[in-house]
Amino acid sequence: MDSALVLTQIFNGFSLASLYLLAALGLALSFGLMRVINMAHGEMLMLGGYLAYLTLLAVPGPMGILVAMPVAFAGAACMGGVIQIGLVRHLSARPLDTLLATWGVSLILQQAARSLFGAIGVDVTAPAWLDGGFTLAGANVPSSRLFILAVAAAVLAALALVLARTRIGLLVRAVNQDRMMAAATGIDVRRVDLAMFCLGTGIAGLAGVVLALLGPVTPNVGQSYIVPAFLVVVMGGLGSIVGTTVAALLLGLFSALAQIFVDVSVAQVLLLAFVILFIQVRPQGVIASRSRALDA
Amino acid sequence: MISSPKRLPLAVAALLGATAAQGAEPVKVGVLQSLSGTMAISEVTVKNAEIMAIDEINAKGGVMGRRIVAIVEDGASDPATFAQKAGKLIQQQQVATVFGGWTSASRKAMLPVFQRTNNLLWYPVQFEGNECSPNIIYTGAQPNQQIVPALNWAAQKGRKRYFLVGSDYVFPRTANLILKKQIAARKLAVVGEEYVPLGGTDFSAVVAKIRAAKPDIIFSTLNGDSNVSFFKQMAAAGLSSAQIPVMSFSIAEQEAQAMGPQLVKGSYATWNYFQSMPTPANRAFVAAYKKRFGAGAAITDPMVHGYVNVYLWKAAVEKARSFDPTAVRKAAAAMPAIPSPMGPVRLAGNQSLHQRAYVGQLDPAGQFRIISRSDQEIAPNPYDRLAFPGKTCTLN
Amino acid sequence: MRSPARLAPWALLAAGAVLPLILSPYDVNLVARFLAMGILALGLVLTWGHGGILSLGQGVFFGLGGYALAMHMKLATLAEGEMPDFMTWSGLERLPWWWAPFGSGAFALVAVVAVPAGLAALFAWSVFHRRVGGTYFALITQALALAFATLLISQQPYTGGFNGLTDFTSLFGADLNAPAMGDILFWVTLALLAATYVGVKALLASRFGTMLRASRDGENRVRFLGHDPTPYKVVAFAVAAGLAGVAGALFTLHAGVVSPALVGVVPSIEMVIWVAIGGRNSLAGAVAGALFVNIARDAISSAFPELWLYALGTLFILVVTLLPDGLAGLAGRRWRRA
Repeated sequence: MDSALVLTQIFNGFSLASLYLLAALGLALSFGLMRVINMAHGEMLMLGGYLAYLTLLAVPGPMGILVAMPVAFAGAACMGGVIQIGLVRHLSARPLDTLLATWGVSLILQQAARSLFGAIGVDVTAPAWLDGGFTLAGANVPSSRLFILAVAAAVLAALALVLARTRIGLLVRAVNQDRMMAAATGIDVRRVDLAMFCLGTGIAGLAGVVLALLGPVTPNVGQSYIVPAFLVVVMGGLGSIVGTTVAALLLGLFSALAQIFVDVSVAQVLLLAFVILFIQVRPQGVIASRSRALDA
Repeated sequence: MISSPKRLPLAVAALLGATAAQGAEPVKVGVLQSLSGTMAISEVTVKNAEIMAIDEINAKGGVMGRRIVAIVEDGASDPATFAQKAGKLIQQQQVATVFGGWTSASRKAMLPVFQRTNNLLWYPVQFEGNECSPNIIYTGAQPNQQIVPALNWAAQKGRKRYFLVGSDYVFPRTANLILKKQIAARKLAVVGEEYVPLGGTDFSAVVAKIRAAKPDIIFSTLNGDSNVSFFKQMAAAGLSSAQIPVMSFSIAEQEAQAMGPQLVKGSYATWNYFQSMPTPANRAFVAAYKKRFGAGAAITDPMVHGYVNVYLWKAAVEKARSFDPTAVRKAAAAMPAIPSPMGPVRLAGNQSLHQRAYVGQLDPAGQFRIISRSDQEIAPNPYDRLAFPGKTCTLN
Repeated sequence: MRSPARLAPWALLAAGAVLPLILSPYDVNLVARFLAMGILALGLVLTWGHGGILSLGQGVFFGLGGYALAMHMKLATLAEGEMPDFMTWSGLERLPWWWAPFGSGAFALVAVVAVPAGLAALFAWSVFHRRVGGTYFALITQALALAFATLLISQQPYTGGFNGLTDFTSLFGADLNAPAMGDILFWVTLALLAATYVGVKALLASRFGTMLRASRDGENRVRFLGHDPTPYKVVAFAVAAGLAGVAGALFTLHAGVVSPALVGVVPSIEMVIWVAIGGRNSLAGAVAGALFVNIARDAISSAFPELWLYALGTLFILVVTLLPDGLAGLAGRRWRRA
């Protein structure tokens, strides 16, 4: 077998994993905290992509993409806030209904993007400093994919820092461990929920920006990464950042290495089979949540 | 032109027809394209072209003195919906004929409906061949009018190693089956064949495989937005069109302009029509379309085939002097050429179009510069001689 | 006294049976398709309404049933030794072994129910026995829908790929193009829908139904009482899948085509919408929801293709948040008040 191809695919696996991670982190955070899945999460990626497109129209030039990232983060976080306050909050005790209602939101957002920007994708041109790449031990490493890896690593580090060192992080950990007790000690649980939901959708907005470096921004761009992101959440274990990261790495590498032997379609099927097999071994996910509650 | 005495009665009849058009009962035709869903972006433009042809004909007195009324239905990018709406048009609306369809899936789903009701479908898009039904007129390119001429061109240019990449559906898989046989027969090599799900955006593995295989040219049957991801990720990996040229079969002017011509400039496509064709008939058509649908509108091969279909139907109806689908299709297959933006066109006995193939190269404005064309009109053949030997299409 | 809500379904059945005498053949075909979808909706009441198991992959089982019958109809019209046309142009030399049994009509009929039910049972067991459920299960079923649609498309030599299977002319020797066939298929569909209605109703009223609802409302409490909820959930899911298979087979007959476009993520979740709008706990409501949404789509989507998706999304949000029991809940309240 071509060793350069294998090495390239290992690198591609990490690159894919960083996309899965950025798409799944927000889902995992709010799932851990509120036990709800936001089916419109993919549309937060889409929103981030379109915001990047608009930002680059306003700020062309090499630094446009760096301006686009905070814009996309803020925009997607605001949209997340609207969804949380307008919908998710009212369905807190009904996780499956939240799933369905947010799917309605996803449908509307996709159609709105189609009405506003057209069904054909718009293009975000990567700045010149992300062009090209280099060859490492025979493996091809494009700069844009390296950039995505760096963004994912930075987000992960920042998130870990926020959760470990800040007051909001402390509150989040408290609510995560025991919601009722946290509320009883006077923590405003609803505000913690809102903050985390916004943070999660903001990260998805960032994911949308880096996705735009690889392909067009289309009304359904979020859909192509959302199902793997869901699988990352299933495998990761409840709301654990370490678990989510490990799961994203496992799935990204599995998918990239499988594609050496089979085409993308079959790799997708194998990915699901892999997750179902994984559940047989570790149903609680990569990292188990420790809870003594009867119905967690 | 001076009318001969034989032509005179016809001219008078046409004149009478023009006045009678106001009074006679209109004739209904169906226009069935996807107005929603993933295919809408392409199919709406074909619908526009078909409606434009119908309006032009109405403005000149209609067909056999009858005004044409277009009943527009939405196929919603779903084969089952296409079949359902075809039934609605034929059974409920009693249309004389239907213009429409894009994907092979939609055509395959509609085919039994047209056979059962013995109606006639005018299908405007290049396709994989392997079908021969009396109830469909196929004007888009057959494989021997698009992919084989493209291979002839590449082989003539000395390209020896071919990489085939396509979206995962029927046209790419069948086109590549034919290409593999044709490439082998020319003693050239296929160095890779990859498929990506429709709408797929991750080409990292495909690009890695292309890099490892070192082809001379890539034959791409990728559809829609996947092309943007493909070209972007190729460029990011240092494989631009200058290094490895790409010949695409699903990128037309509209797609090229939408995805940003900078990204795809220099790549090739093979069609039977390009917007840049310098004939007066084409210039007039392009001007009329832009006047109606905006100066920025791009005009593509399937749109022109959709437009021409309406005129072919009109000519066939007038030759048959009947709207009966059987009479119309028999007349259509035995008509002399009619003028069109692509030049004079005529149908063969197998209800497909005689047409030339053109190879174009994309310029930075999103238009194709025609760099090669087939020496003569290619007779349509739904069954490739190498891939499907011994099969022929004869209709009567 | 029996409430009007109880009698209504039977009055509707009688009214439905005379529809072919009134409607045009086209409309009869259309309504028959929607009735077939009603059978699938009844299965969702069982799993989702009473079992609390949300499946976002019901299209998979719908598709399996449809393909099973379609494979038989493709083979039935062929001469000995011939292959379906798509296999030839995909480069296949001989019929795959697993296609051969579908030459038998009886085998195909059994497969319409048994294949989706069997696969569903295996899938559900592998997930539920590890005590993975709820939201996780919904997400995995969605991945299943995506994987199944992708697999169907990528295995073109065996499945017809993106085009699916189409062009059926006869079923069990009867000519599908005969004029009376539309009416007959309509009545068959209506009869199967009525039978399913009665069957699911009985199932829900039985001890099985009680256990299923108990597992939904307090799975761990059921375990404490010494019962294993897994078999109940697996059976409910398998029955719903079998019903989806029947619906898929009937739909394929009416539509004349089965393709991956019917089985993916979006169609699967739309099936849940029918039931959410009609009422997840009400059998009659679910059928009404399937009819209502599909008729509305047919009426709206051609004239206003953009509006349809906004309407569907809004309706979904409103119903799920404000009317968790759907339109049936609304109707029920009315009746109780009256």
